[in-house]
Amino acid sequence: MARHRDIRNMDYEDEYDAYDDVYGHSVDDDYYISPSNKQFIYNRESSRDSRFEHTEDDIQEVDEIEELSDTDKAKLNSCIDQIKDILGSTLVPRNELVNLIMKYKFNIDLVVNAILEDSRYSKHNGNATEKAGPFVVPTVIEPSTTTSSVWAVASATTSTNIVKGFDVPEKEAETQPKTVDFIQKDRLGGTPRSQSPAGRGQSPASARGQSPASGRGTPLFLSSDGDDVRVSRKDGKIDPEARFKKERGDEKDHLYMVVIGHVDAGKSTLMGRLLCDLGQVNKKTMHKYEQESKKLGKQSFMYAWVLDETGEERNRGITMDVGRYQFETKTKEVTLLDAPGHKDFIPNMISGAGQADVGVLVVDATRGEFETGFDLGGQTREHALLVRSLGVTQLAVVINKLDTVSWSKDRFEEIVQKLKTFLKQAGFKENDVTFVPCSGLTGQNLVKPPTENELLEWYKGPCLLEVIDKFRAPARPITKPFKFSVNDVFKGTGTGFCVAGRVETGVLNTGDKVLVCPNKDLAAVKSLAIEEVSKVVVFAGDQATVTLSGIEMQNVSVGNILCDPGNPVQVSSRFEARIVIFNIAVPITKGYSVVLHHQSLVEPAVISKLTSQLNKSNGEVQKKHPRFLSKNSSAIVEISVSKPIALEVYSECKELGRVMLRVGGATIAAGLVTKVL
Amino acid sequence: MKLIHKDIDKGGEGSVTLIPEEPEDMWHAYNLISEGDSVKSSTIRKVQTESSTGSSTSTRVRTTLTITVENIDFDTQACMLRLKGRNIEENQYVKMGAYHTLDLELNRKFSLWKHEWDSVSLERIELACDPSKSADVAAVVMQEGLAHVCLITSSMTLIRAKIDVNIPRKRKGFVQQHEKGLIKFYDQVMQAILRHVDFEIVKCILIASPGFVRDQFFEYMFQMAVKTDNKVLLENKSKFMLVHSSSGFKHSLKEVLQDPSVMSKISDTKAAGEVKALESFYTTLQCEPAKAFYGKKHVERANEAQAIETLLISDKLFRCDDVKLRKDYVNLVDSVRESGGDAKIFSSMHISGEQLEQLTGVAAILRFPMPELEDSEDEEN
Ligand SMILES: Nc1nc2c(ncn2[C@@H]2O[C@H](COP(=O)(O)OP(=O)(O)OP(=O)(O)O)[C@@H](O)[C@H]2O)c(=O)[nH]1
Ligand SMILES: [Mg+2]
Repeated sequence: MARHRDIRNMDYEDEYDAYDDVYGHSVDDDYYISPSNKQFIYNRESSRDSRFEHTEDDIQEVDEIEELSDTDKAKLNSCIDQIKDILGSTLVPRNELVNLIMKYKFNIDLVVNAILEDSRYSKHNGNATEKAGPFVVPTVIEPSTTTSSVWAVASATTSTNIVKGFDVPEKEAETQPKTVDFIQKDRLGGTPRSQSPAGRGQSPASARGQSPASGRGTPLFLSSDGDDVRVSRKDGKIDPEARFKKERGDEKDHLYMVVIGHVDAGKSTLMGRLLCDLGQVNKKTMHKYEQESKKLGKQSFMYAWVLDETGEERNRGITMDVGRYQFETKTKEVTLLDAPGHKDFIPNMISGAGQADVGVLVVDATRGEFETGFDLGGQTREHALLVRSLGVTQLAVVINKLDTVSWSKDRFEEIVQKLKTFLKQAGFKENDVTFVPCSGLTGQNLVKPPTENELLEWYKGPCLLEVIDKFRAPARPITKPFKFSVNDVFKGTGTGFCVAGRVETGVLNTGDKVLVCPNKDLAAVKSLAIEEVSKVVVFAGDQATVTLSGIEMQNVSVGNILCDPGNPVQVSSRFEARIVIFNIAVPITKGYSVVLHHQSLVEPAVISKLTSQLNKSNGEVQKKHPRFLSKNSSAIVEISVSKPIALEVYSECKELGRVMLRVGGATIAAGLVTKVL
Repeated sequence: MKLIHKDIDKGGEGSVTLIPEEPEDMWHAYNLISEGDSVKSSTIRKVQTESSTGSSTSTRVRTTLTITVENIDFDTQACMLRLKGRNIEENQYVKMGAYHTLDLELNRKFSLWKHEWDSVSLERIELACDPSKSADVAAVVMQEGLAHVCLITSSMTLIRAKIDVNIPRKRKGFVQQHEKGLIKFYDQVMQAILRHVDFEIVKCILIASPGFVRDQFFEYMFQMAVKTDNKVLLENKSKFMLVHSSSGFKHSLKEVLQDPSVMSKISDTKAAGEVKALESFYTTLQCEPAKAFYGKKHVERANEAQAIETLLISDKLFRCDDVKLRKDYVNLVDSVRESGGDAKIFSSMHISGEQLEQLTGVAAILRFPMPELEDSEDEEN
């Protein structure tokens, strides 16, 4: 696919960075702001007031350069240019950039690393496990709260020269939906806390303010059985966090891990082998797979059969839908999601990745094969960009099939170098990406240190299992209202039917009532299970199976959202989004038809309006009502879906605020919902 | 459509008599008839007769009526055209000025009188009566759980059936539910094809999907055909053609029609030509943005400069009630052609026509760049 060929030339980093800093002050994330680094928290509201900062910068810049010799000046400028090439127009003020370049004596790599690792310039490190998407979203400012206006004033005077281009946040509050009451309560609680310089949830008052709307609908909540499992709080309500601790406190952290990469990179084989070596697959089954795959002349796929279960997948030797399996590491309980690599199955891959916390990117080291998957329009790039846009920030990169190049260190390094540059541009932080040399087929370096001499000679790092164990567990937004995205609908073993999916936010108990959106049908939760083990309660971040009653099976479909009836998700067929456009062959115009992916939902849609084109590096409106949008740009657009869907504004609920736009089998843009219309 | 009679004077006033022969002709008629025109056709009218005893009976009689059209309704799926208006010719059953609703019928002639026949209407008659029109194509675009069975005629794409079912995903240890769901889905698609595709007329049936769905489905269908000895399918096996599409959504038809192997087989359909023209508009927009414009204002200004090489315009724009607006668009088409440009009138019943409609309905590729237009605001602002 030619249209992907140039992805490597694009520059996502500025988008991601820009995104990150605003992400930093979305309502529930502000607590990490401390007075000491407040000046680095950029706020677009201050855009119109930022002139003086520019001048300040200019002066400093001149000062700095004055002291340098001509050659150094030239060197400096070329450094700055190169860094901008790598990071886009960075968020780092020029004067600081100059300082850094001086500090690291013109060593670009070191400077770039310093920038990427510096929490002030990118995302906060303190809470880095959080899922983050790559875009800027306007923060919703509550016009009614005094705190927020204080905030706006404060930020107007302290922000740096980087500003964002949304001039509408005020209006946004008006367009908030029918549940204003709940949401406001939530925000009222959230906002002061988020600005409290004392940091995370210190004040009891704010903690209280935060919770009423959280978790579950209040009426149901109060009337439900007061069993002792629940940890009651002073106000008679149950604190979901305490409850989570009580239920899960002594369990290992659960991690959902998606395995991605170009078709035939060896994803299924790698994971099948890993599971075998961990003793998750019994010998008899494995023997059966060996015999049967041999019969089909596909013995090399015997390990892949652990995950490729359908006849079609086995006959063709290709994964078509996400395979799941469980295993444990020292500190984690892992559910692996083995995604299909074939381009035609990207919709399935997206629905799997949308539910994952961390990723394993598998590349084939065989000569020519890595190049096909990476340079020549293969899926390595598209997959990596997709998972990043879907909020996955930690990545293990498996350089696989190294047995085919006799464990060549040079080949390993060559691939690592290429991927490093690309992944950086794609918005992954260097510290969050680990490269591991492996062979899935021979089982080298999977669960035990390598035994192959050729590899031992140069590799001293961890094996794949250790890398997986080191992933940080994601934050679970359990205090927010309950929302669950449906990924599968099927008949269970007993009566009723089941929906499988992910608890995006909040908590769900058996016996609860849920609203199935966008249809808004009421249903009751008969039972709950996680990986076939029945539960009485499930929490945000869990992938659970919910047995529903009181609703017909045909009234629930993949992509639906279950939510708390007292705090429903928004439903609309039209919304506004801030999109980042990938490397597209033809420009996007008004009326462009696309396929919209939102969680597991796949629906035809039309870009019904091009509201404004944004400056990629600072998010300012560059042009209102552009005639068209070309590749690698970013914009605010209006999207009309063929029928109503359930979604949320990104700043309210990250999990349900991300969309992907695809056309003709290629991903053309990723977006964040900024307004539901 | 068959043209029986044509009598139009120099001023453009006059009437034509036509016989619609196939459903698509109703679509042409719909595009021909505007409010204010007069239509004469045979119709059925309920007549109340009062007998000498005073009891009244209602009977249905066939009679020929002429009405001035006030209201036009077209049912795209049934291809039914319904005209409502006042009677303007003396008739034994219907008073002058009384309202009547005419349903145009297949194989029954109708006469259409217009105060002014413009070039676009005349072209429509030519198009409708062109005997060398390409044969019809059926297409099934599908993905797991979703299929559209469509009929593509030269001017319309009709969705004959949409199958949208939930197929459980593969789950550890429960693959059967997935596989069973697939089979059931394939069966529904097959039934829809048998019900809606007339193998006598259709010269080619395209089966399009991502992945292996089309192959699996094709295999299933012919296994079943052999099993049930379905002669129709078995005899027409060679008419099936499997092609790639990225999804089972309707707009994937665009990809199907662009597939080189399909293009060579149905090269002369209007649908494929329109897809191509729209694609080249987008390519121009990408490479030389100052040579591609859309929206009435921009396009008209480009036309004033005689800059338009290809005009893309949706036939929907000629169906508007605003006489002046319609005239504007007709003039645009005429003027583009006069200055040597090509004017392509898109059918709003085709996929690319739908997209053009979303793109304000009118777009143009220019001979030379007009960067000055880029800076001028479009009307939508
Ligand atoms: N030599 C060698 N071959 C391998 C290795 N890992 C996988 N293969 C082979 O690569 C082929 C593809 O393996 P799969 O595991 O199906 O690849 P995949 O990435 O899951 O493919 P999709 O799911 O279809 O995208 C099989 O023939 C495997 O035997 C390896 O480490 N070394
Ligand atoms: Mg696989």
